[in-house]
Amino acid sequence: MVDISSLPLLSILTFLPLAGVVLILLLQKASDGVAKQIAFWTSMLALGLAAWMVARFDPHGGFQFVEEAKWMSFGGVELFYKKGIDGLSLWLVVASAFLTPVCILACWDGVKERARSFMIAFLVLETMMIGTFTALDFVLFYVFFEGVLLPMFLIIGVWGGPGRVHAAYKFFLYTLLGSVLMLLAVVAMCLHAGTTDMTALMRADFPVSWQIGLWLAFLASFAVKTPMWPVHTWLPYAHVEAPTAGSVILAGILLKMGGYGFIRVSLQMLPAASAAFTDLMFVLSGIAIVATSLTALVQTDMKRLIAYSSVAHMGFVTMGAFSRTPQGLEGAVMVMLSHALVSSALFLCVGVIYDRLHSREIARYGGLASNMPHYAFLAMIFTLGAVGLPGTSGFVGEFLAMQGAFLVSTWMAAVAGLGVILGAAYMLWLYRRVFFGRLDKPGVAAMKDLTFKEYATLAPLAVLVLVMGVQPSLFKDSIAPTMRDIAETAKARANPAPDVPPPFALNRLTGGGAP
Amino acid sequence: MISIATASLFAPLLGAAAAGLFGRRMGDRASQYVTCGLMLFLAAVACWKFYDVAVLGHAGVETLARWIDSGTLRADWAVKWDTLSAVMVAVVAVVSACVHVYSIGYMSHDKSIPRFMAYLSLFTFCMLMLVTADNLVQMFFGWEGVGLCSYLLIGFWFGKESANSASIKAFLVNRVGDFGFILGIFGCFAVFGTVEFGPLFAVIPSLSTLTMPFLGMSLPALDTLALLLFVGAMGKSAQLFLHTWLPDAMEGPTPVSALIHAATMVTAGVFMLARLSPLFEHAPFALSLVTITGAATAFIAATIGLTQFDIKRVIAYSTMSQLGYMFFAAGVSAYSASIFHLMTHAFFKALLFLGAGSVIHALSGEQDMRKMGGVRQAAPKTYMLMWIGSLALAGIGIPGFFGFAGFYSKDAILEATYASGTTAGLMAFWLGIAAAFMTAFYSWRLIMMTFHGPFRGDPHAYDHAHESPPVMLLPLYVLAAGAILAGIMPLKWFTGPENLSEFWRGAITVLHGHDAHGLPLWVRLLPLAAALSGLILAVLFYGKWTAMPGKIAAALGPVYRLVFHKYYFDEIYNFIFVRGARALGRMTYDLGDNRAIDAYGPDGFSMISKAVARRVAALQTGYIYHYAFAVVIGLVVLLLWWGRW
Repeated sequence: MVDISSLPLLSILTFLPLAGVVLILLLQKASDGVAKQIAFWTSMLALGLAAWMVARFDPHGGFQFVEEAKWMSFGGVELFYKKGIDGLSLWLVVASAFLTPVCILACWDGVKERARSFMIAFLVLETMMIGTFTALDFVLFYVFFEGVLLPMFLIIGVWGGPGRVHAAYKFFLYTLLGSVLMLLAVVAMCLHAGTTDMTALMRADFPVSWQIGLWLAFLASFAVKTPMWPVHTWLPYAHVEAPTAGSVILAGILLKMGGYGFIRVSLQMLPAASAAFTDLMFVLSGIAIVATSLTALVQTDMKRLIAYSSVAHMGFVTMGAFSRTPQGLEGAVMVMLSHALVSSALFLCVGVIYDRLHSREIARYGGLASNMPHYAFLAMIFTLGAVGLPGTSGFVGEFLAMQGAFLVSTWMAAVAGLGVILGAAYMLWLYRRVFFGRLDKPGVAAMKDLTFKEYATLAPLAVLVLVMGVQPSLFKDSIAPTMRDIAETAKARANPAPDVPPPFALNRLTGGGAP
Repeated sequence: MISIATASLFAPLLGAAAAGLFGRRMGDRASQYVTCGLMLFLAAVACWKFYDVAVLGHAGVETLARWIDSGTLRADWAVKWDTLSAVMVAVVAVVSACVHVYSIGYMSHDKSIPRFMAYLSLFTFCMLMLVTADNLVQMFFGWEGVGLCSYLLIGFWFGKESANSASIKAFLVNRVGDFGFILGIFGCFAVFGTVEFGPLFAVIPSLSTLTMPFLGMSLPALDTLALLLFVGAMGKSAQLFLHTWLPDAMEGPTPVSALIHAATMVTAGVFMLARLSPLFEHAPFALSLVTITGAATAFIAATIGLTQFDIKRVIAYSTMSQLGYMFFAAGVSAYSASIFHLMTHAFFKALLFLGAGSVIHALSGEQDMRKMGGVRQAAPKTYMLMWIGSLALAGIGIPGFFGFAGFYSKDAILEATYASGTTAGLMAFWLGIAAAFMTAFYSWRLIMMTFHGPFRGDPHAYDHAHESPPVMLLPLYVLAAGAILAGIMPLKWFTGPENLSEFWRGAITVLHGHDAHGLPLWVRLLPLAAALSGLILAVLFYGKWTAMPGKIAAALGPVYRLVFHKYYFDEIYNFIFVRGARALGRMTYDLGDNRAIDAYGPDGFSMISKAVARRVAALQTGYIYHYAFAVVIGLVVLLLWWGRW
C-alpha cells in the first residue's frame, strides 16, 4: 500500500498535464478528437487532484505539501527543487486547474486547425501555471514564470486573429525587458543570500539600497504581467487577437502572476523597498483604475473593452496588496480570484456570440435578450460580478481592497471609488448595447440560445460567482491567516538592518568571493 | 435558532427564484400565484411581527451566517428586529403585496410576466435585507441590490431606448451616491474599528470630538462620516443634485413606480438617517445640511411638479418633494415624524401611482394629461381612489376630529421644524409650507386635467376606456384604507410625548428633542390653510378659469421655462459628466495609450530598430570597393585613436 499522503502531490499536479502531452504525442495516429478527449480528461484529473488538495489544506497558514530535494550546487549556491503552497497560492493553483478544462471545452468546436498542437500547448501552459504558483525555489519559479510565455505566445501567434503577429510581438517586447531585469535580480538575490530557497529569501534581510534596485527590477517584470499602467497596452492587442480559450487563460490566470509576484516577491522578500514605494504603487494603481476605466468607455470592440476593464481590476489588486493591511491583502487575493472567474466568463460570453456572428464589434449586436434569454441571464450575472455588486464575487475583493487602502490613504480609496462608478458605466453600457434594444441588426435575430456545451462552461462559473459573493469565507478562511502573516511581517520588516554598499560587481558569479 | 418571521423574509427570494428560473416552464399563471402567494404570506407575518416587536417589545438580532470578515472587520448576514425595522418590514411587505396582486391585472398583456414577477420579488427581498441589516455592509448589500432591481425594472421593456437610458442613468446616479456611502463605511471602520450597529452606536458618544484625516485634511470625524453616508442617502432618495434619475425612472411599468420609486426604495435614505440617528445626532453640521438639502428638495421638486404634463412625472416630482419633507424632518431630529411620514406616504403615494396606472391602463397607455379629461365617467372607482390619495397627500383634515394620513404626518414634521428654532429649521418650515400649497395645487391640477372636462385625446382611445378589473382595484382599496387610516391610528405611537421610550425603545436616538406642544395656533393651522388654498385654486384654474394657467405661464416667461425644463439639471449633467467622461476616455485612449505609450514604447522601439536595421542593411551594398572604403576609414580612425598619446 502506498501512503497517499506521502505522495508529492504538487509535483504530480504540476506534471500531470505533461503526461497528457506525452500521451497525445505517443498516439501519433490519434485524431484531433482523441487529442481533445485526452486533454480534457487529463485536465479534469488535475482538477480532481486540486480539489483533493483543497480538502486536505490546513487553513491555519504556513507552507504546506512541501517537497524538497537538492538539485545542484552552483557557485556556492545551493539549488533546490522545492515546492509548496500557502493561502496565497492555494486558490490560484485551483483556478488554473479549474479554468484549463473550461477552456478546452470552450474551444472544442472552435479550433479547427491543428487541434492536436493546440491541446498540447494548453496542457504545457497548465503545467507552467501550476508550476509558477507552487514553486518555492527561486530559479524554479523563474523558469516556470517565463515558461508560461512560450505556449501563450504560440496560442496567440498561431491560432490568433488577423493581427496576431503584431499582437504577439508586442506581448513579447514588453515581457522581454521585464524578464531580463528579473533574471538579474533573481541571480543577485540568490548569490547574496547563498540560497535559492524562497522561504529563506523571505527571511533574508537585504540592505535597503539593494532592495530598492531589486524591487525596481521586479517591478519591470510584474508590472508588465499584471499589467499596470503604463505598460498595459499589450493586453488589449493580445486579447483581441487571441482565440477565446487563449483570452480566458490570459485574463483568468496569466494576469494573476503579476499580482502573485508582487505579493510573493516584492512584499515578502523586499519589505523595506515595498514600504518605500507604496506611494508609487498607489499612484500607478489609481491611474490604472481611472484612466483605463475611462478608456474602456470609448471602446467599440468587446474584447478590447473587457481587456481594459481587466487592467482596472488589476489596479485594485496592486492597490490592496501595497496597502500592506490584512484587509487590503485579502482583498487583493479575492479580486484576483473573482476576476479569474468573471473575466474568464466574460471572454467566454464574447466567444459565444463570436462563434455565431464572427464579429466582436459591439455595434453589430443588439436586443439579444429577446432571442437568447438564457445567455442574457448568465451574462448579466457576470456583468454584475464585474461591476462589483454586493452578493457577487466582485464585491468582496473590491470592498476589502478599498477598505485596506482607506486605512492607509483616503485619497487612494476615493480614487478607487471613482473607478467603481466608471466600472458600472462601461459594463452596463456594454450590456445595454449588446442585449437590450431592438432585435433589428442583420443576422442577430437568427442567433440561437446557448448550446449544452456552452451551458456546461458558463453555468459553473456563474454559480461560483454567486457562491463567492454570498459565502466568501469558503475561500477566504484559508487565505486570511497567510495574508495576516504577510501584512504583519511586511510592516515589521519595513525598516531593516543598517545599509551596506551594494555589490554591483557580481563577482561571485565568476567564482570570486564576497567583496 | 432562526425565528419564523426571519425565515419569512426569504419568501420573496424563493418566489423570485421560482418565477425567474422556472417561470417559462411553470407558465405565467403559476408564476403569479407563487410570487403573490409568498408575498401575501410575508405581509401577514410582517404585520404580526410589527405587533410583536413594536407593541410587545420583542426586539433582538438573529445572526444567520458569516459574510465578510477580515482582521477585525466583521460583517455578518444578520436580521435586526427593532421598532424601526419592524415598521419598515411591515410597510414594505404590505405595499409590495398590493403591488404584486395589482401587477397580475396591469401586466396581463405582457409577454414576460414571470420575469416581471421575479424582479418584483427580488426587489422586495433586497429591500428587506436593507432594512433589517445589522451592519453597514449588509445595508449596502440591500442598498445596491434594490438599485439593481430598480435598474432591471426601469429597463423592463428593453426594446425601448428611452427605458434603457433611464435604467442606466438610475444605476449610475445611485452609484455616485453609493460612492459616498462606501467611503463612509470605510471611514467607520477606520475610526471606530467596527461596522456593526451595536458596537458602533455604543462607541460614538465618547468620540464626538474626534478628528480624522480625510483627503489630506483633518476633519471632525463624526460630521465627515455622517456627510459621506448622507451622500448615499441623497442618491437613493433623489435629493437635489442627485435627483435626476427619479423622473426618468417613470419609464418603467407603473407598478414599479408605485413600489420602488414611491413607496419603498426611494425612502431608503430616510430609513438610513433614522437607523444612523446615533451618528447623526452627534454630527450637528451634517444634520443642518440634511435639513437644508431636504427643504430645498421639497420646494424645488414641488415647483417642477406644477409644470409637468406627464401624469407619472407629476407624481414622481411629488414623491421627490415629499422625500424632502422626510429629510428635513430628520435634519431637525424629528426622526419619528420622518418615519411616520414615510409610512403614510408609502400608502397614499402607492395608491396615487397605481391609480394613475389604472388611468393609463384605461386609456391604452396614454400618459400625457393634455390628452386626457373626463375619465371620471369611464372609471368612477379610480376617480374616487385618486381623490382619497390626493387628500392624503395634501394633508387635508379637520383638526381635532379626523384627517387623512398625510394630515398628521406632515403636520408633525412642520411643527417639529418650527419648534426646533434653528435658522435651518425655520427655513425648512417656510419652504415646507410653500411646498404644501404647491402639493395641493398640482394634485388637483392632475385630478381636474385627468378626470374632469371634455376628453382631449384620440376619441377612439376613449371608446375603449374602462374601469380596471377587480384584481387591480382590490389592492387599491387596501392602499386607500391605509391612506385614510395610517395617520390617525398609529398617531400616538409616532407623535405621543413618550414615543421614544414607549414605541421606539432605543431604535432611534434623539439628543435634543423639541417639544412641539404649546406652539402658536397659526403654526398648527398654516399647513392646512396652505393645502386648502392650493386645492381650491387648482379647482378654479382648471375647472372654471381654464385660460388662467396659460396666461400665468406666459407672463412668467423665462422663469416658467426654467422650471418646465426642470432647471436644466439633465442638460448640465449630460454636458459635464456624460460627455466629459467620454471625452476623457477618448483622450486616455487616443492620446494616452496610442500616441504616447505605444508610440514611444513598443511601437516606437520597433520602429527605431527597423529604421536602424534598414540603414545597416543599406550599408551592405555588395560592392567590394564600398567595403574596402569602410575598412580604410576604420583603420584611419583606429590609428588616430592610438596615436593620441
